[in-house]
Amino acid sequence: MANVTMTINGKQVSGEVESRTLLVEFLRDQQRLTGTHVGCDTSQCGACVVHVNGDSAKSCTMLAVQADGADVTTIEGLAKGDDLHPMQAAFRENHGLQCGFCTPGMIMSAIDLVQHNADPSETEIREWLEGNICRCTGYHNIVKSIKAGAEAMRG
Amino acid sequence: MYDFEYVKPGSLDAAKSAIAGAEDGKLMAGGMTLIPTLKQRLASPSDVVDLGGLGDLAGIRKDGNSIVIGAMTRHAEVAASADVKAAIPALADLAEGIGDPQVRNRGTIGGSIANNDPAADYPAALVALGATVRTTKRELAAEDFFTGMFETALEDDEIITEVVFPTAEKAAYAKFPNPASRYAIVGVFVAKGGDGVKVAVTGAGPAVFRVAEMETALSGNFSADALQGISVSADDLNSDIHAGADYRAHLVGVMAQRAVKAAG
Repeated sequence: MANVTMTINGKQVSGEVESRTLLVEFLRDQQRLTGTHVGCDTSQCGACVVHVNGDSAKSCTMLAVQADGADVTTIEGLAKGDDLHPMQAAFRENHGLQCGFCTPGMIMSAIDLVQHNADPSETEIREWLEGNICRCTGYHNIVKSIKAGAEAMRG
Repeated sequence: MYDFEYVKPGSLDAAKSAIAGAEDGKLMAGGMTLIPTLKQRLASPSDVVDLGGLGDLAGIRKDGNSIVIGAMTRHAEVAASADVKAAIPALADLAEGIGDPQVRNRGTIGGSIANNDPAADYPAALVALGATVRTTKRELAAEDFFTGMFETALEDDEIITEVVFPTAEKAAYAKFPNPASRYAIVGVFVAKGGDGVKVAVTGAGPAVFRVAEMETALSGNFSADALQGISVSADDLNSDIHAGADYRAHLVGVMAQRAVKAAG
């Protein structure tokens, strides 16, 4: 067992983990941050995307011990009280979800895109979503949401 | 996943001793292949030596006419590097097409080439550009480095430190990706450099290989037309649920022509 300490959504947390404990297991099972989902568990679907030191990463394909000392942001860390993050609000306003399972990963991935590219085109958004799979929407409204979210983030 | 001893050395020397002292140790770079492999219990090492703490191994620099990329440099950094885009734009394009953004944020060039997946992109670039792999023990020419399917010349306790890419007069990479994984069903890297034209193919065979007949044709006339009528034998090519060997052989010709066109 190893002791890990990391900052999650601005708060420093510690815990005992096995070497093989995945970051997503640490987040969900030990920290009870169940907004980060496990879809495929094979690093393909993107439901588990979080930010590690500012970059989007699939938390099912990262060990908790690798995140020791890191700054992690999950979907729970985006809203300020009752005020949704502009990207969350954009998904709600543009019907960017149906069942909602992929949504946390979609939003975390989308925010990373906007960090790199403040005004992404539809093609750039679709290319960026290579690692996020949605079984409901057909992606159209997700792309619309991200365009609107990017615009809102630009202010 | 079976449990293992996790070690995160803070220096290259400490990493060398950790891997040398482990009973059945595995080096981990970005973990984009190793972690899925551990999950499937296809590997069960006694120790995982995480190279993530070796900041010195990450970074890109220009060295004369070469671009030197540290082993722990992530694909996203290669894709975004102004130096790489200016000197070898084909290499930045290749990095941009690996996996998805999250894989590119964690996966590294050193990890990719050490794994030598038959469908990985980087091996084609290393061979076509005539790159040199520097390790804790020696320097290896790319063609001597990749020895077979998931096999390299690396010894168990040898760690890649950096890869040296000579710039090319013309270069491009064209790949036919698997639509789900983005791994290359076939990828062809064409480069015209100091030591002639090289055509390196990934995805099609057990490991990266060159196509001598295409290289000869392109040396005389660097155009897609020069490749008309040149076919690659399907013998010994990969056949799986994604594509049969004869389809892959056909794709080698198509991707090579696209790469030459893109290289201009």
